[in-house]
Amino acid sequence: MQLQQMYQEIILDHYKNPHRRGLREPYQAEVHHVNPTCGDEVTLRVHLAGDGGAATVSDVSYEGQGCSISQAATSVLTDLVVGRTVAEAFQTMDAFVELMQGRGHVEPDEDVLEDGIAFAGVAQYPARVKCALLGWMAFKDAVARVADSAETPAAAGGHSSEVSSR
Amino acid sequence: MTTTAAPLDVEAIRKDFPILTRTVRDGHRLVYLDSGATSQRPRQVLDAERSFLETSNAAVHRGAHQLAEEATDAYEAARARIAEFIGVGAGEVVFTKNATESVNLVAYAMSNAATSGEQAARFAVGPGDEIVVTEMEHHANLVPWQELCRRTGATLRWFGITDDGRLDLSTLDELVTGRTKLVAFTHQSNVLGTVNPVEPIVARARQVGALTVLDACQSVPHQPVDFGALGVDFAVFSGHKMLGPSGVGVLYGRAELLAAMPPFITGGSMIELVRMEGSTFAPPPQRFEAGVPMTSQVVGLGAAVDYLSVVGMDRIAAHEHELTRAALAGLAEIPGVSLVGPGLDEHGEVVDRGGAVSFVLDGIHPHDAGQVLDSVGVAVRVGHHCAWPLHRRLGIPASVRASFYLYNDRDDVTALLAGVREAQRFFGVTGG
Repeated sequence: MQLQQMYQEIILDHYKNPHRRGLREPYQAEVHHVNPTCGDEVTLRVHLAGDGGAATVSDVSYEGQGCSISQAATSVLTDLVVGRTVAEAFQTMDAFVELMQGRGHVEPDEDVLEDGIAFAGVAQYPARVKCALLGWMAFKDAVARVADSAETPAAAGGHSSEVSSR
Repeated sequence: MTTTAAPLDVEAIRKDFPILTRTVRDGHRLVYLDSGATSQRPRQVLDAERSFLETSNAAVHRGAHQLAEEATDAYEAARARIAEFIGVGAGEVVFTKNATESVNLVAYAMSNAATSGEQAARFAVGPGDEIVVTEMEHHANLVPWQELCRRTGATLRWFGITDDGRLDLSTLDELVTGRTKLVAFTHQSNVLGTVNPVEPIVARARQVGALTVLDACQSVPHQPVDFGALGVDFAVFSGHKMLGPSGVGVLYGRAELLAAMPPFITGGSMIELVRMEGSTFAPPPQRFEAGVPMTSQVVGLGAAVDYLSVVGMDRIAAHEHELTRAALAGLAEIPGVSLVGPGLDEHGEVVDRGGAVSFVLDGIHPHDAGQVLDSVGVAVRVGHHCAWPLHRRLGIPASVRASFYLYNDRDDVTALLAGVREAQRFFGVTGG
């Protein structure tokens, strides 16, 4: 049955018992992303150690409301990026985005995506791909905010009320 | 609501809708419960469009050849039939792309009024003026008014809703005052199903000299509506929600108002006289239909109105009423289901509500519930249904909406209820 392909046990497990959920200190950037078509929201904080591509993701914390796919994908995200360098995290993100946009034609690499391979079935439902990517896009944005504020500390806070950084 | 009309022959009606014979998701019967978003089209509408394009297609209101004449006749004949269907004069019907454009037409005409001479002054808004909307509006009848206020310095105010999903009219006299320039409200909520009382709002607006705009997108397709009798100044609806094509909507405006209102979109067709130094404009409705208009779509909407008229709007309303009653009663029996909007009253009756039935499930996000329903062939809408402030007011991020139309039957209601139980089983939520 197609439904089971989409809602793998791994996804439901992450949904019911999300990893690293909740907003924590310290953090260098906080972003708020929404999926305007369905109203799903995530507030996500990132804390990095070190500078540039060699910086390490020391924490990702988040709160949000949304469907099982968006919540589980954000939980898996934290497993995949915390403790990695920003460069590694972005490589993983690229692999996940490629999987999600592959319409089911991309073979996921478990060594890279770990629990993220469970989302392969979601890729066959175009309307749900945005759900799976909500947390990842927030993460990408938050890391960019950290980099921006490192370059121009005076501009911390940026141009959007949706974003706070320090 | 009661009716003495004979019930619909749904089986016969379903045969007119080719799409209802297809299957979805591994052979499931299509249970289409998303007519609130867009309706399906009967053969009669598809045939009318095709026939027009195969025999009479030409640009209307320009050219003097035979095809141009025939196309213009078809276009204007459709206008006359649509006008009759909603109880107004043909000159009071303006064709737009959709209801959203219809609302924007009025909002931008009001923006333009300040610089359009004395005749247009009654439409002008500025600092100190107020526009009143409701918390249950679709974004299409909210954002254009927010933007009008932003452009002009006017203030937006709104009616709240009660916890059971009705408009809170207790503040009517405080909200609609001498400062109010316009009151825009929905006839029937696309989420709650609530049918709002038009009469007291129109009466108060008239008393203080404010204009009224009625969003009739969810009423005109589903019940007999007579704008003349309702007494509203403007009303909007879309063709694609009433068995017609997409790409055509209607703005109704009282003749006297349209005659004084400045245009929104300018260009060809809408002019009276053009010189390099400036132009004057055609009388309505042409003043508001710049450029070559959509034509087969208008012809198709005319055919949709014919189809609905033959079936009978009162019978359609009665039919949806029964389906709504069955759905509300069935959902009430499932633990863990919370309705969004008015339920059955203490006598088990459906009162002042249409066939949009929205709900949330304990422990299951609407998206996930919708996915399970889809897997068994039931097409519903999930999300905030372009009514985000309403969902915020209700304290929910999203909801599941089933919406009924004349081609739905009791089997569809049964499938919806079974699908909801299946979603609970799949996600391990027993409800209650």
